[in-house]
Amino acid sequence: MGHVAAMNAQVKIAGPPLWLLLELTYRCPLHCAFCYNPTDFARAGPELPTEDWLRVLREARALGAVQLGLSGGEPLVRDDLELIVAEAHRLGFYINLITSGVGLNETRIAALKDAGLDHIQLSFQDSSKQMNDFLSSTRTFDLKSKVAALIKQYDYPMVLNVVLHRLNIDHVEEILNMADRLGAEYVELANTQYYGWAWHNRDQLMPSRAQVERAEAATKRFRERIGRPMQIYFVVPDYFERRPKPCMNGLGSIFLTVTPDGTALPCHAARMLPGLEFPNIRDTSVKHAWFDSSGFNHFRGDDWMKEPCRSCPEKARDFGGCRCQAFLMTGDAANADPVCDLSPHHHLVTAAVAAAERPRPPDEPRRAEEKPLVFRSPANSATLFP
Amino acid sequence: MSADPINDANPINGASIPAINRRFRLQWEAAQNAHVLLYPEGMIKLNASAGEILKRCDGKATLADITASLEQSFAASGLSGDVFAFIAMAVEKKWVTLLP
Repeated sequence: MGHVAAMNAQVKIAGPPLWLLLELTYRCPLHCAFCYNPTDFARAGPELPTEDWLRVLREARALGAVQLGLSGGEPLVRDDLELIVAEAHRLGFYINLITSGVGLNETRIAALKDAGLDHIQLSFQDSSKQMNDFLSSTRTFDLKSKVAALIKQYDYPMVLNVVLHRLNIDHVEEILNMADRLGAEYVELANTQYYGWAWHNRDQLMPSRAQVERAEAATKRFRERIGRPMQIYFVVPDYFERRPKPCMNGLGSIFLTVTPDGTALPCHAARMLPGLEFPNIRDTSVKHAWFDSSGFNHFRGDDWMKEPCRSCPEKARDFGGCRCQAFLMTGDAANADPVCDLSPHHHLVTAAVAAAERPRPPDEPRRAEEKPLVFRSPANSATLFP
Repeated sequence: MSADPINDANPINGASIPAINRRFRLQWEAAQNAHVLLYPEGMIKLNASAGEILKRCDGKATLADITASLEQSFAASGLSGDVFAFIAMAVEKKWVTLLP
């Protein structure tokens, strides 16, 4: 009974899902080895039809959602993207398109502008054509450069996103110069977060501590030298920290993700968490999923915490870190995120960092790999999960 | 009026015309009971007075107009110091631009 009362209290304090992320599809022309999509995506059910996406938008907006991310996979492979953007705009969302740029020709970029798209986040894999194309397992570098020019031409604010890891982190200065050349207003230097494909390839992607420190120093030098407003976010790799990130601001606090097949999640990686009910939006409302499902309620508040989090004075600041990382590394999602040096499992993180201290690979990426990277593709997904 | 924030280095005066920076969107959010500023992948929740000032920054009204409107709406007087100080901060944060 006490537990039920506590759950009800938590339901009452749950605020609105301010941030809505729609992963419209797992289809993607790129095959990035650091993708956070689940490695078993090939066995996901069919994608939601347009009318369900539109209903999700209406229901989430009614609850107070206001920031909208349209992602995937590559959202541009959905030919109803313009319809989805138009409805989101009518409802008052601020709409962010998170894209590889593949498929963003002038016709579509103009139509998306007319539909009310607010902003485009364009990913690059590196500042060099060779590494960009290797990491995504595609030939897309020149295309992305053209798309960047189109984004400027159509007066969208541009966020340039580059996921950093062992194979490209030494190019931070060149990446920032490229961002400047392309006219980006914001740059996200996002060190790899190890979920999905990135988790599978973690040992090959983990940079050494010296690499991370050089990248931070290069970013600092660039900030001091750039002559125009450009916001640079350097997302620190949490494995190198002593305290965990306040992941999702706590599960079920402000983020709501809907996956291509309609599963409602409190974080895009959360489907891996065992024992929780994640409702499918085909047969439930956004309101029910957000307020009433165990998938969203279980990790609200701090009743679920174990030691050392439960009695930790910092628990209100970092919420015990990331539940998915705790589960992936320790097998129990209620454990402290092992990034925290108070966690009894912290040695798992320091061991992964120590393993990255092996000699740096030469610049030839294919020859450099001790173990080949497994690229994100339906074929590799089906091989991993036959 | 020693508290007057206006000085030679600060171009803000009663004739200044503030507008929301086109890279931000100002919007009332009933669910948050607040005005918010939206920008790529981010949101600033404004307190009540910030919201009241910014919603009057329409690129037409001068700061003198805005101050008068606020004083009328809230049956107050002597708000110009607070309004000017807020606008100076909002310009610094790039939420607002002053039209020439």
